[in-house]
Amino acid sequence: MIRSAMLCAALALSSGALAQGTLKIAILGPMAFVQGENHWAGAEMARDEINKAGGVNVGGKRMQIELVRADTNEIQSVPDATNAIERVITRDKADFLIGGFRSEAVIAMQEVAMDYKKLFLGAGAAHSKLGLNVESNYERYKYWFRITPVKDVDLVRTLFAVLGTVGQQIRTDLKTDTPKVAILAEKAVWTEALVAAAQKNLPGMKMEVVGTWQPSATATDVTAELSAIDRAGAHIVFTMLSGPVGISVGRQMGERNMKAVAWGINVEGQKEEFWQATAGKAQYVSTLDTYSEVEMTPKTIPFVRAFKERYKKAPTYNAATYDAIMILKSAIEEARTTDADKLVPAIEKIEHVGTAGTSTFDKRHDLVWAVGKTAGIAVQWQDGKKVPFWPPNIKGMQPFKMPAR
Amino acid sequence: MLAAYCFYALLVKGGLGFAAAAAISVVAVTLLSVLCYRLVIEPVREHEAAVLIATIALALIFQELMLFSFGGHYLGIPSTLEGGVRVLGVSIPYQRLLILVVAAAMLAIVWFVLYRTRLGLAIRATANDLEVANLMGMNVQRIAMATVAMSVALAAIAGVVVAPVFVVDPFMWLAPLVTMLAIVVLGGLGSMKGSLIGALVIGYVEAITVFALPAGAYLKGAVALAIMVAVLLVRPEGLFGVAFEEER
Repeated sequence: MIRSAMLCAALALSSGALAQGTLKIAILGPMAFVQGENHWAGAEMARDEINKAGGVNVGGKRMQIELVRADTNEIQSVPDATNAIERVITRDKADFLIGGFRSEAVIAMQEVAMDYKKLFLGAGAAHSKLGLNVESNYERYKYWFRITPVKDVDLVRTLFAVLGTVGQQIRTDLKTDTPKVAILAEKAVWTEALVAAAQKNLPGMKMEVVGTWQPSATATDVTAELSAIDRAGAHIVFTMLSGPVGISVGRQMGERNMKAVAWGINVEGQKEEFWQATAGKAQYVSTLDTYSEVEMTPKTIPFVRAFKERYKKAPTYNAATYDAIMILKSAIEEARTTDADKLVPAIEKIEHVGTAGTSTFDKRHDLVWAVGKTAGIAVQWQDGKKVPFWPPNIKGMQPFKMPAR
Repeated sequence: MLAAYCFYALLVKGGLGFAAAAAISVVAVTLLSVLCYRLVIEPVREHEAAVLIATIALALIFQELMLFSFGGHYLGIPSTLEGGVRVLGVSIPYQRLLILVVAAAMLAIVWFVLYRTRLGLAIRATANDLEVANLMGMNVQRIAMATVAMSVALAAIAGVVVAPVFVVDPFMWLAPLVTMLAIVVLGGLGSMKGSLIGALVIGYVEAITVFALPAGAYLKGAVALAIMVAVLLVRPEGLFGVAFEEER
C-alpha cells in the first residue's frame, strides 16, 4: 500500500526535472570504494562533454544533464542499496538510473527500478539472472540493460580463450605438452559455474588440473594454499577472485617467488592501486580487464588518457557509466523523447561504438559477446604497469611474460 | 587496525622510517586507548556487558572513521625485511620470521611484567578479585587503565608487524578478533601458556585443512572453531584455563 502510494506520487512528480530543462541521471555505486569512484568519474566525464556541446537534443529541445550521486554502500549492505535507489527515484526525482556493482545488490535494485518503470543501465554486475529476468518477463524488466560487463557465462568464454593463449606460450617456453593448472577460486556463488566449467574443460584443452583451492573471498592469508599449489608443480594459477583475497594472492605469490603465473579474474588486480596494495610484489599477475591504452575502438585511447589526466589514475570497468550516458543520449536523440517505454526499443536496436567496445544487445538486454568488441582485454602486471596482451590482433598489445625459471 | 592505518600514513604517505613510524603508531594508538578508556569505558566499568558493548561500538566507530578518511581502498605496506629463506622446501619470507620473533619477545615481556613486577602482581590481583584488591589499597582504576593501555599497545605492535603481510582496510580487525577469541578460549582464559598452545593448535588445524581439503579451504576458520567447541565440551575451562575454577 505504502509502496503503491509512493509509486503514484513519484510517477506524478517524475516530470519535474524534465520540465525544468534538465535530464536527471542518478549514478548508483558504492562511493567510498573504487567501484563507486569510477562510476561517478565516468559519468562526470560524459556529463561535462555533453553539456559543453550544448546538451542532449530531445526532439529539438536542448537539455542539460544533471547527475545525482547515490551512495549505495552495496559492498557492505544490500538494504542500503535498495534504500538509495528508492531515494533517488522518490526524493531526487531522477529520470534515469545508471550504475550498480555487486550482483546481489543490483538484483534487488532492479526490482525497485522496474516497480517505478525507470530505465536502469547496469555498469558493474555480471550475474545472468539480471538478463534472464528480461527474457522471462519482458513487460516488467524491459527497462533494464547491461552496459558492462558481459554476463558471467560470457566472462567464462573470455577466460578460456585467454587461457588457451597462455597455455600455448607455456608449452613453447617450458617444452611441456600438458601444462599443469591450479584452480584458485574464492568461495562464492559467482565462481561455482566457473569452477565446474574449468574442471570439465581443461583436460579437453590438454591441460592437467592439479587441484582446486577455494579460500574465502576475504582471506588475508593464503600461505597454505600457495604452498600446496607450489608443491603440486602448477604452471598456471587460474584465478577467480573478486575480493581482497586477490591482493593476498598477488602479494604472497611474489613473496614466495613462485614460478607459476596467475591468470584469470582478479578484480583487485584491475585497479590502479593493486601494485601499491601488493607492495610491488604482484609481478606477472594477469587478469581480465576492460580499459587500457589500446585501440579497442577509436574512442578508447582518448578516453583513457583524458580520464588519467583528470583523475590521476586509469579507469576501471565501472567507468563505463560514460558509455551508458552516451548510449542514453543516442537513444533519446533517436527516439526524440525521454519516455522510457519509447527509449527501450531505441536501445534494443542500437550499435554503439563506445570507449570499452562496440555494444549491441540481445533479447535479454545483455551485451552480445564478441572478441575485439565486448569480450574485454587481458592485462598483466609488469614492473608496476598493467600491460595489455590479449586479444593479440588489437593495436597496442604487448607480449605476455613468464617468471624466470 | 588503527595502528596499521597510522603506520601506513606515516611510512608510505609521510615518508618516515620503519622504526619511527612503528614507534609513533604504537604510542599514538596507546594514548588514544587511554583517552577512550577515560571517556567511554571507565563510566560503565562496573557493568561487564556495557563494557563489552562499548568496546564493540568504539571499534565500529573507528572502522567507519577509517572508511571515511581513507575510503574502502585496500592498502599495502612494504615489508620491513625483504626476501626470504627456504626451510625444508618451504619458502618463508623474512617478514613472517620477524612476526615470529616479535611475538616471542612480546610473550617474554608480558610474562615478565605479569609475574616479576609489582604492576603485574596488581593486575593479577585485580583480575582475581576486584573488591579485595580495592580493600587492600590498590588503585584499581589506575590498574585497569594500565591494563587497557598494555593490551592496546600489544594489539598495536601486532598491527604494525602484521600489516606488511596483510591488506590494510577498515574491516581488517574483525577476522583476527574472532581467531584470537577462539585461541584464548581454547587455551583457557588467564593462561599465557594456554594461549600459546591454543594459537599453535588453531594455526596447524587451519593449515592442515587447506592441505587435506583444498576445495574446502574456506572452511579452515570453521574447522578451527569446531575443534575449539569440541575441546570446550570436554574441558569447559579450556586447555589450561583457571578462570572458571571458582564458578564450578
